[in-house]
Amino acid sequence: MSKNYYDAADLRKFGKITEWSEELGSKFFDYYGKVFEEGALTAREKSLIALAVAHTEQCPYCIDAYTKDGLQRGVTKEEMMEAIHVGAAIKSGATLVHGVQMMNKVNKLEM
Amino acid sequence: MKKSLKARNNDIANTSKQLEILSNGIFANGELPTFAEKIKETNQFPLRPKKLEILQINLGYMCNQVCEHCHVDAGPDRKEIMTKETMQQCLNIIKKTAAHTLDLTGGAPEMNPNFRWFVEEAAKAGIKDFIVRSNLTIIRANKKYYDLPAFFKKHNVHVVSSMPHWTRGKTDKQRGDGVFDKSIKALQELNAVGYGMPNSNLKLDLVYNPSGAFLPGDQKALENDFKKALLADFSINFHQLFAITNLPISRFLDYLIASDNYEDYMHSLLDAYNPAAVANVMCTNTISISWDGWLYDCDFNQMLNLKVASKVKHVADYNEELLQNRNIIINQHCYGCTAGAGSSCQGVVA
Repeated sequence: MSKNYYDAADLRKFGKITEWSEELGSKFFDYYGKVFEEGALTAREKSLIALAVAHTEQCPYCIDAYTKDGLQRGVTKEEMMEAIHVGAAIKSGATLVHGVQMMNKVNKLEM
Repeated sequence: MKKSLKARNNDIANTSKQLEILSNGIFANGELPTFAEKIKETNQFPLRPKKLEILQINLGYMCNQVCEHCHVDAGPDRKEIMTKETMQQCLNIIKKTAAHTLDLTGGAPEMNPNFRWFVEEAAKAGIKDFIVRSNLTIIRANKKYYDLPAFFKKHNVHVVSSMPHWTRGKTDKQRGDGVFDKSIKALQELNAVGYGMPNSNLKLDLVYNPSGAFLPGDQKALENDFKKALLADFSINFHQLFAITNLPISRFLDYLIASDNYEDYMHSLLDAYNPAAVANVMCTNTISISWDGWLYDCDFNQMLNLKVASKVKHVADYNEELLQNRNIIINQHCYGCTAGAGSSCQGVVA
């Protein structure tokens, strides 16, 4: 029998985290729901941001959820992939920009 | 050209096989409640009809398209077509009923050889909203259909057209190669005679249904996106967009099973179940009439061969008073009409 740390069906149980801490869980879901409401950004734009972050965070549940959410909103696969590239660019940029710290350290330590 | 499930002798073409799938598995093992159990929670069982407002008539299963999701399993190989005799029986009902909407569907209803005669006769009956559900490409399929926009205009028909997306790729994937370009051309021709223009009385609405195993998003947001894209890219105008959830029957059920999405999809419908939508599902104010004159609670029950639970089952014996006394037949596919804001041939219901 194969065992995995991640089970796609667990996403449906997400709401149950309130069962072991109702107050904090409920506060989280209230906040979460509010964040994704239509605001200065459209719900569609927020969905694409969430999809990009889902990838940089490497959360398989979030990837499933926001891929489906995007499809429901009529988002195209080209738009989804572009969003992921934005996330990937920031992620790789964030890694690379630390190279400056490395360069600073090398310059400081080397004669 | 792809073939219908029926022409392929696919198991799912058999309605009892579909009902068996919908009744067994996750619904028999207790993982999910049946639709009847669910609506009992809010005392909405049995589901009863309200005032009859819509007569939906299916003029035949023949169609020039073979869409992936089609709940009718329509296609060029389907030969079921309403006869003039059955049309006459329908006209007798139209003249007597107080229902305000006549909704002609198919297949491609325009492919019925008596379509124009029927529209002309039905238009005289004084129905308030006279809908023809057009797949659009029929208007460009053959010279004999080129004048359909003018014909619709002459009889002030309300045109409701299928359009799964504002991009070519998504549309063609669901409906077949070339469908997008032909649909765009047909929409432009409808606009040219006045359909769908901002202040026009010639109503042109679009129907959106998801191109896969997911539910439709917010109808208003989708309408805005469709309007913006179709106007910017093709100078096309239309009035409203109706978002319809794909029901797990026929070709869409076959797709769900083949793609291993059936259980997830049923969970999605359950997760989105909205008890407030139950009161307004389309079967409560509609009677669906099949090409051979049988009566059903809705187009979906028609495709599952679930005739009305009434002594009156055929147009030949039509009696509105008796029909109003029936219980509506439900099954697990009904979750498709009660998910989220609800779904009907006229779009959201809650």
